[in-house]
Amino acid sequence: MTFWQFLQLNWPELFRLVREHIVLVFSAILIAVMIGVPAGIALTRYRALRGPVLGLANVMQTIPSLALFGFLIPLPFIGGIGTRTALVALVLYSLLPIIRNTVTGILGVEPSVREAAVAMGMTTGQVLRQVELPLAIGVIVTGIRVATVIAVGVTTIAAAVGAGGLGVYIFRGLRQYDNNLLLAGAISAAVLALAADFLLGLLEKRFRFDTKRGFTRVQKLAIVAVLLPVGFGLWYSLEGVSSSGRVRIGSKDFTESALLAEIVAQMLEKRGISVERSFELGGNLPHEALVSGQLDLYPEYTGTSFTAILQHTPVNDPRAVYEQVKREYAEKFKVEVSPPLGFENTFAILVRGAEARRLNLKTISEAAPHTSQWRAGFGQDFMSRADGYAGFSKTYALRFAEVREMDLSLTYIALSSGQVDLIAANSTEGRITTLDLAQLSDDRRYFPPYEAIYLVRQDSLARVPALGEVLSKLGNAISTGEMRKLNFEVDGNKRDTKEVVREWVKARGL
Amino acid sequence: MNDTADNALVQFQDVSFSIPAPGSPNTIIPELNLTVERGETLVLLGESGCGKTTTLKLINRLLTPSAGEILVEGKPTTAWDPIELRRRIGYVIQEGGLFPHFTIARNVGLVPGLLGWDKARTEDRVREMLKLVGLDPDQFAERYPRELSGGQRQRVGVARALAADPPLLLLDDPSGALYPITRASLQREFATLTKRLQKTAVLVTHDVREALVLASRLGLMERGRIVFLDTPERFLKSENPLARAYVRSLELDQQPGGKS
Repeated sequence: MTFWQFLQLNWPELFRLVREHIVLVFSAILIAVMIGVPAGIALTRYRALRGPVLGLANVMQTIPSLALFGFLIPLPFIGGIGTRTALVALVLYSLLPIIRNTVTGILGVEPSVREAAVAMGMTTGQVLRQVELPLAIGVIVTGIRVATVIAVGVTTIAAAVGAGGLGVYIFRGLRQYDNNLLLAGAISAAVLALAADFLLGLLEKRFRFDTKRGFTRVQKLAIVAVLLPVGFGLWYSLEGVSSSGRVRIGSKDFTESALLAEIVAQMLEKRGISVERSFELGGNLPHEALVSGQLDLYPEYTGTSFTAILQHTPVNDPRAVYEQVKREYAEKFKVEVSPPLGFENTFAILVRGAEARRLNLKTISEAAPHTSQWRAGFGQDFMSRADGYAGFSKTYALRFAEVREMDLSLTYIALSSGQVDLIAANSTEGRITTLDLAQLSDDRRYFPPYEAIYLVRQDSLARVPALGEVLSKLGNAISTGEMRKLNFEVDGNKRDTKEVVREWVKARGL
Repeated sequence: MNDTADNALVQFQDVSFSIPAPGSPNTIIPELNLTVERGETLVLLGESGCGKTTTLKLINRLLTPSAGEILVEGKPTTAWDPIELRRRIGYVIQEGGLFPHFTIARNVGLVPGLLGWDKARTEDRVREMLKLVGLDPDQFAERYPRELSGGQRQRVGVARALAADPPLLLLDDPSGALYPITRASLQREFATLTKRLQKTAVLVTHDVREALVLASRLGLMERGRIVFLDTPERFLKSENPLARAYVRSLELDQQPGGKS
């Protein structure tokens, strides 16, 4: 599919993402201005506060955005997942340039001018409104301009906490190795940033005090006409977050998790229950969101819960793992574990098919002697988790020529194109067959069982009885082959998740 | 109230002013007693750092005295509402202090605007003031300060100070930043202006020639004290060593071949 065809097919969704992006950036900047300008003014009055406040704002900007989103998830009122968290983080990022430029602008007013203003009998407020702010406005607008351009960039990360925006396309594009998605997301974000920069540059010029003052009536009307819909958009999206009658479903940031979440979502919707989707959440966010009550449900794997969340050392018995996860989640988190869905998604150790046939490799043990000449490519997750690289290389006594840590979704292409020689992938990954990759069997049974399950809050089950019914219907309903097919429909055939799920739910009569 | 009070617009009573500093405070004015009579132009002459500008700022309460008090119209500056006090005192500063984002008309109409005059009255007043300082309103009213020469800006500064017809005018080295020729002509015009308007004015300068042209009374300041206070005629004959030094510099200037 060419980029042009992609745009023709997907322009309504792209348009929606752009709108979400703009609403987020604009609202964040609006709030940051409302906080930052008064704060900046206060700092010009109280010198002692200047160091600490600017220092704090500075520190805020150095926190990586994904980490900041992570901190915010469990916080009441300002945290959670979705628009609100993204807004809070964006505001925090935007504050520094706005506060700093307000301070610089006001302190930059010539002392003789300020003295004259006071000596003419202006009150403090009049000096501020008629002299200091008008003379500083150019510098302040520069600060807003910088903050806006930064915010357009940071907002792409907001997709990781389910706030939407163009980041949705960028993350999805990375995962599915789909250049059309990547380009659509990245180019749109870049165009937005340039447009914001250009428009605010015009505004900056307007505010040059010795040319023209303020706005004409028509311009004021135009500004209001732009601001109003944005305001309504924001109000609407906040409204969506706070509504309580819905079931909030989350997913992790890979295709299979989104598919599984979408299955439950559509089954609930068929039963007349409204659903709020917070899909494609990064890192540990779904767990945190579930535990803190921001989500009602998300799909997980028993092995991940067992090792990454409950911090146990890997165990090989699927039954034992499932039982222990079920018990501990109920005790620790008041979270129920659904019946297993019927397939496992374990780590699949992959090599190129041609290589496997040439060397006649079937198991990891057989491949071990070759690894000293091989480069390995592993996702960040595999490198860091308890059941990941460290134990794996020890169990099979592997010594690679080089180990590269890279994005999981990129490892498939890296392997098939010969950049690396061995990767650890998901066993349900659809591209295993299409890229002619060969799975080596885990003959020493190192990887713990990763049975797919749903995690659901106990209070949500009590509130929405249909949830229990849906989850029991999904018990043992999806085989590994079926899951691989679903994954491939999305990743390989680039089809829409919702559409793929709709067909499957219909075909299965769920 | 004593008899002088009737005719005194400003009275310094045992005023001292120092800037708090770690260790010992930095004393700018050790003790000052001074009366400004209604209708006079009092010029304070002195080198930079002698405390003359501080003296000026104490009058409109840009500064408050460390001890003693300054009476304006018989009332201590600390008892005045500072905003009201300042709106009754015209103030001209060296660099003009014009608002760069206001047109000339808006600069001049500033204090009338603050006092709540209606638009038509303020406009009339602005035109009148610009004419008074020798600037054609049609030509200058809608310009911005940066489009004017230094001398023109300083005239606007004077027009702004006079706009609300304040009983007292303070001028802080108003021609200090100007070229000598511009300065001389501005001084002559200002001398005519003060005589015509019968304003009480306190002017601060380091230029002895300006002091002699403008003063009805001349105060010589040195290290925060007034060392001479009398008419310009008496200043020329004074035995005070600093006054003599000033007069000598004046004579040197007038000799052919002397520095101009």
